[in-house]
This record gives sequence, C-alpha cells and structure tokens, in this order.
Amino acid sequence: MAKTIMIDGLSIPFEEGQTIMQAATDAGVYIPHLCHHPEFSPHGSCKLCTVKVNGRNCSACTFPAMEGQEVINNAKDLNADRQKITQMLFVEGNHFCPSCEKTGNCQLQAVAYHLNMLDDHFPLFYQHREVDASHADLLIDHNRCIFCTLCVRASHEHDGKEVFAISGRGINKHLIVNSESGLLKDTDVSAKDKAAHICPTGAILIKHTAYQVPIGERIYDHQQIDQVSLNSEQVDHDK
Amino acid sequence: MQTFIEDLITKNNYQATHLLAVLRAVQAQYHHIPKAAIEQIAKLLLIPRTQIIGVIEFYSFFHLTPRGQYELLISDSITDHMLGKHEMTAYIEQKLNVKLGEVRTDGLVSFDNTSCTGLCDQGPAALINGYALPHLTPAKIDQMADLINQQLPVSAWPKVLFDVKDNVIKSSLLLAHCIQPGEALHTAFKRGLKETLKEIDMSGLRGRGGAGFKTATKWQYCSEEKTDEHIVVCNADEGEPGTFKDRVLLNAYAHHVFEGMTLCAAIIGAKKGFLYLRGEYLHLYDQLNAILADRHKLGLLGQHILGADVDVDFDIEICLGAGAYICGEESALIESLEGKMGVPRNRPPYPVTQGYLGKPTVVNNVETFMAAAKIAVNGGEWFAAMGTEKSKGTKILSICGDCDNPGIYEVTFGASIQSILDDCGAKDVLGIQIGGPSGTFISNTELARKIAFEDLATGGSFIIFNNTRNILDIVNNFTHFFAHESCGFCTPCRVGTSLLKNQLDKIVNGHGSAGDVVALEELCQLVKTQSHCGLGQTAANPILTTLERYPELYQAQLKKISYEPGFDLDAALETARRLANRDDAAAHLTQVEEG
Repeated sequence: MAKTIMIDGLSIPFEEGQTIMQAATDAGVYIPHLCHHPEFSPHGSCKLCTVKVNGRNCSACTFPAMEGQEVINNAKDLNADRQKITQMLFVEGNHFCPSCEKTGNCQLQAVAYHLNMLDDHFPLFYQHREVDASHADLLIDHNRCIFCTLCVRASHEHDGKEVFAISGRGINKHLIVNSESGLLKDTDVSAKDKAAHICPTGAILIKHTAYQVPIGERIYDHQQIDQVSLNSEQVDHDK
Repeated sequence: MQTFIEDLITKNNYQATHLLAVLRAVQAQYHHIPKAAIEQIAKLLLIPRTQIIGVIEFYSFFHLTPRGQYELLISDSITDHMLGKHEMTAYIEQKLNVKLGEVRTDGLVSFDNTSCTGLCDQGPAALINGYALPHLTPAKIDQMADLINQQLPVSAWPKVLFDVKDNVIKSSLLLAHCIQPGEALHTAFKRGLKETLKEIDMSGLRGRGGAGFKTATKWQYCSEEKTDEHIVVCNADEGEPGTFKDRVLLNAYAHHVFEGMTLCAAIIGAKKGFLYLRGEYLHLYDQLNAILADRHKLGLLGQHILGADVDVDFDIEICLGAGAYICGEESALIESLEGKMGVPRNRPPYPVTQGYLGKPTVVNNVETFMAAAKIAVNGGEWFAAMGTEKSKGTKILSICGDCDNPGIYEVTFGASIQSILDDCGAKDVLGIQIGGPSGTFISNTELARKIAFEDLATGGSFIIFNNTRNILDIVNNFTHFFAHESCGFCTPCRVGTSLLKNQLDKIVNGHGSAGDVVALEELCQLVKTQSHCGLGQTAANPILTTLERYPELYQAQLKKISYEPGFDLDAALETARRLANRDDAAAHLTQVEEG
C-alpha cells in the first residue's frame, strides 16, 4: 500500500522523498506558491505555501511528506495570512498592474486575485529602484522583483551559469547580476536561457514581445492560477 | 593591492569557506572592499563575484564604498542609550567633526551606529576599527580625537582605552571552581566516553543559547550519523542585545569552553571544530588563539589527544563574524562558516544530520560546552542537584540596565526575579527585559516569576528598567533593531519587520489614529506565526509583551479622531515649500482643521 498523508481531510498518496507540495500537486491539490517551481530545488522563502502540519506551520515546498501527517491547507486563517503576505510583496516593491506588460501573465497578480486581494492593506514603501535596460534582448525592472530566486536557481541549475544573485540584507535586499559593470548586457545571459523566462512577475522581461498576446487573451484571463499551476506542474513532475 | 590579496588568499589556502576572513582582512586594510579586490578574489577562490558582493552587502562590517581610516561605530543598544549614548554621539560629532552615518570629508574618520556590542555593563561603548572601546566619556573622546588627528594606528593606542572588565559578581557551579586544562578529558577517558555521555544526560543539561534542547540528546543524534567527518561548532555569536556572558567566559574561562568542545568531539567522533566568534569580540581573537596553541602543547588538541585508548584527533579553528545578529541562529551560523550570507536554512535536515558542508554538526552555546566540561569532571548528579525539575543546574546571566552592580551573575535555575533584583541592587523597578528583545518584557507586578525554561527562559540577557524609563522608547529601539537585522530571506520577516518599525514609529510619533493599534497587533501576529526562523518569530515580542501589559500606553498615543492623516501633513509639504521658495502662512497646513 502506498504511503499517505491527509490534506484537508483527503487522503493523498506520496512517494518517499517527496515534499508536501509535490504530493499535493500530483494529487491535484493546489497550494498557493510563488518561489516554488517543480524543476528547481525548493527555496521556502515566499511563505505563501505555509500549511499546518500536525498543528505546526511549515513550508509545503520544503517540508517532507511523512506518513501520518495531518495537513491543513485550504483554511480561512491560512488564506487570510497568505493574502497579507501577498500584500506585503505588493507594498514592498512598485507594482502597477495596469501599466505592466506582464499583466495577465503574472503569477503575483494571479495569486493575488486567487486570494481575493482587493487592496494593498499596508502602507507602500515607495522604494527607489532602477531599471536595467542595457541588454539587447532582456530587461530587468527591479521595481517588480520579489526575491523568489527563481532566476538565480534557473541560471545555476538549468543554464549552467551564475547570471543572477540576491544581495543585501532585510528590506534592502536586491537582485544583482554577474558582470564587472553590474549591468545585464555584460553578463553571459541569453534570451534563450531558462532564467530569462522564469520570473513570476514582470521583473525580468524579454524585449520586443510585450503585447504579442493582447490583454484579455493571456494565461490568467482564461483560467485561475490554481488550474494553470496544477496543469503545468503535474506535467513537470512526471518528467 | 594585488600582492596583498594573493598573499591573503594563499594564507587562507584558497578556501572559499574562508571568504569572511578574507574580506575582513581587506576591509581592515583598505576600509572598504575595492572592486578590483572583488574581481581578484573571485578568480582566486573560483566563486562568482555575486557571492562576494552578496556577502559584503549582507554583513554590517563590510562596505563597498570607502569608510574612514578610523572606522568608529557606536553601540546602539538600549543599555547604551540609558548610559548616555546620545550625549556621547553628539560629543563625538562635534569633537571629530563627523556626522553619524557619514565619512569625514578628509576620509580620515567615519562614524556610524552598530548593534549591541556586548559591553552593556560598561557602556556607552564603541568599536574603533573593530576593537571594543568600553565606557566612553568626554575625556576619552578628547583623547581619541587627538590620537586620530595624529594618525596613530589603533594598535599603538593606550591599552587603557580598551580595558574591558569581566565584572563577575556571583559565582556558583560553573564559575566558582576552575578545572585544570585536560581534567575533564582525563576524567572522561578514564570513565569511558559512553558513560560520560550518560553523565551529561543524567545532568539534565539543556542548551544555554535559549532554545533549551537537551545537550546529551543532540550529541547522541549526531554521533549516530554514519561518517567519520563530524563537526563541532561553538556558537559565540552572542548578539542578543543585553547579553555579554560569553565574552566573559571566553576571556576568563576559555580552557573550559575548549575542553567542552574537545569532549564533544571525542564523544561524537569529530576531528574538526570551529569557534564562531562574533566580530564585536575581535579583542579576544589573539588571546584565544594563544590558548589553542597552549592546548596543542599540552596534548589537549591535535593528534592522539592525551594518548587515550580511543584515538581522538581534534583541532579548533576560530572564525570571526562580521556584524550580523542572524548568525546566532545555528543554520545561519553554519552558512556563514561556509563563507556565505547568514541566511537560515530550511529544516529538516537539521545540523545534527547535515550541518557544515553537509556533515553532521553539533552546534552549542559557549556556556553549554563549559557546563559539559564541568559535568564530565564532577558527574551528572552534581549538576542535577541544583535547579528545577525541567531546568537543571545554573544559568549565567548578563545583568545590565538600572542597578547598582551590573555584571555576570550565576543563578540557580528557579531563582525568582525579585531575588536577582535584590542581588544586583535594583530599586524602583518598572520592568525587566528577560532574554533580550526576542524574549519577554515583564512588569514590576511579576517579580515572583522564575528564571527557568518552564517560566522565563533566557539566553542570558537581563535588562532592568527603573521608573524613569519610557517603555515606548525601549520597544522602539528593539523594533528598529529587528528591522535592521532581518536577513530578508522570507517575506513575512523581510517586509514585516520594516512594516512593524514604520507602524510603531507612526504611533510613537503621534500620527496614529483609531485602528492603528489593532493593525499593529495584527501585523505582530502575522510576523510571529509566518516567519521562517526565530528572528522573525520573536521580532514582534517587544510590542506584543508590552501591549499586553500596558495597552493604555499605546492608546494614549492615538489621536482622538478617526480621519487623522497617518503622516505629518505640514512636514510633507517641505519639499514643495523649498521648490516654491515660500515659507508664508499659506504655505503651511495644520494637521487637523480647527472647529
């Protein structure tokens, strides 16, 4: 018999070595997340995927599934906290969805809709952040970076490069790139890199592609993030 | 510079794990980390330059832009404030002609705040090029100003300026009778290592850093890992504001601590040990290395220690931190030892199974290792005879703040707060911060409570406030501290500690309106329950523990009406006034329309 955990009263099978997130995804249970991506090692930093495991808060993306776990995921208090954490990400940076070319394809925006986020709740920080448009094919808009490190991991683990890194401490954390000048154009990044396409927000964009798909016909215009996420990530797990 | 760095990297055996040591040396030499140095270090250590920049921007003592040849940092702990930090800051600014947070135009001196330097019983304190300067006075500042203007190197400054006192006032089990170097190891080898672990188990010893995990269990778990590369780490990153007992233990009882580490190594089968010494204790570095050298000569470190039947080979290396409170968290400390930013890891795996470079690692506090050494000599019963059922033995407290005799007090677990206040001569007490900012604030109605894991747990910090102190000032200092020290890894702590700081500032500065205290409390709960590690989980404690006891203090700060702007309206117009070159009455706004 397969080993199982309970998530919100459902019995979910898992394989040895799987995280709670992996087991849930495979079973078609969506746990909100931003820094998790099935192709890369888990990070556990955004804290959207916090679930209660036997009464204790744990990040589903890093915590191993173990026989006998009682997991609470889709609960009112957890979703309320997830909404507040998403609001924190919004006020920390400068996110103006209507004027952002990622709108409709943006996971941060989609997860905010999913969690029924209707306002910023917290006062905005209005941080001064730069745009690095030096590269011919790529653009970094630091206003929209949420420090999920997906670009860092994709560059390191998939592309075999070290293009991106997170530097600094606390609220002064920021994304840096690996070149002597500190500019993207002087790195060995390419628009073909996985890292160039992995950003869940509009912080790393491919130039000259912005409105090829019109607003209204984008990913999250058709489906909520829970469905999109399960459809794509179940496939990824099967690879 | 090129040769300097080549020599430095050679001295560090081209080990990327030594990145902090390398950067410390570059910072000390050039008072910043020049770009060319980053490039050269990256090439020689075979690491991406981004890792080096990340580390520089993470640790408070590293800088990408030049600081003064004399880097002066004043300790910003609440205890320094209580001892006149503001007055000394103003005097330094005037005397050295440099503003706080700036570098003097001639580049000779820079001046800034730094988190608690662990000299709380002899503040206000400062660091000059990393070396501790206790008990600042105007006369000492005059003297320093002269020395700086003469450009005399810090190594040639009068020793009296650096005279850090131990102030051991009350001794018991641990501090009263010194054991001889090697005594614990001799006894343990004679008794048998397994039996010695049993004695430690029987003693009931729990980790002295604050969390209180049972020491023998941790050692047992680690020893069960199948590898011959176990690691012993002594956590001497004593960063909790108000704590300074590890500084005293390492100054006066270092043999005990090293003995405890070596004992642990023998029991778990480790060959390599580290003492992670906080950067603020640089003044102890040379003397600790000298003690390690002595222990080598005595056959207490190195190959085949004491010629015991079981072959024990063990060495200890001292690694200095560089100004990051978070490195007191054991997995962040391990990251730092590996030459990285001090970001706490995801758990599991725990350090006992995968710690330093993935090897099974025991991390214990300075006091824990010292206690283990003494238990090896005197037996478990000797230790367990004192204390309470769940908290055996004694606890070494760093007592500071409003009392006649601040210093080190070794108290029996279960001691009441009142008895401790009587011991140190504290009068007219308002409240006590126990366990530092991450601990609990108790009021003067709770003095019958006890120091014990089951009541008031503490890593050693014990700050006393008398009735002249303002609670909101205290809470504000602590809340700013956490925002400054948050590593920024997880969202709730990175954003939450800064939101807490801003929200508290708003209330303290009189711009709060109805609902703002409720919003503050909600935010506290979110940061507490959702954060990744102990820093975030405790960062709201100063607000929560005082809000619980003095709700009226917070409410009294609020304005009466509900549509009060959440900021200073008139101050917000300052830029506009400057641009319009106006300062007439019509260019000002009152906060609330009269009538």
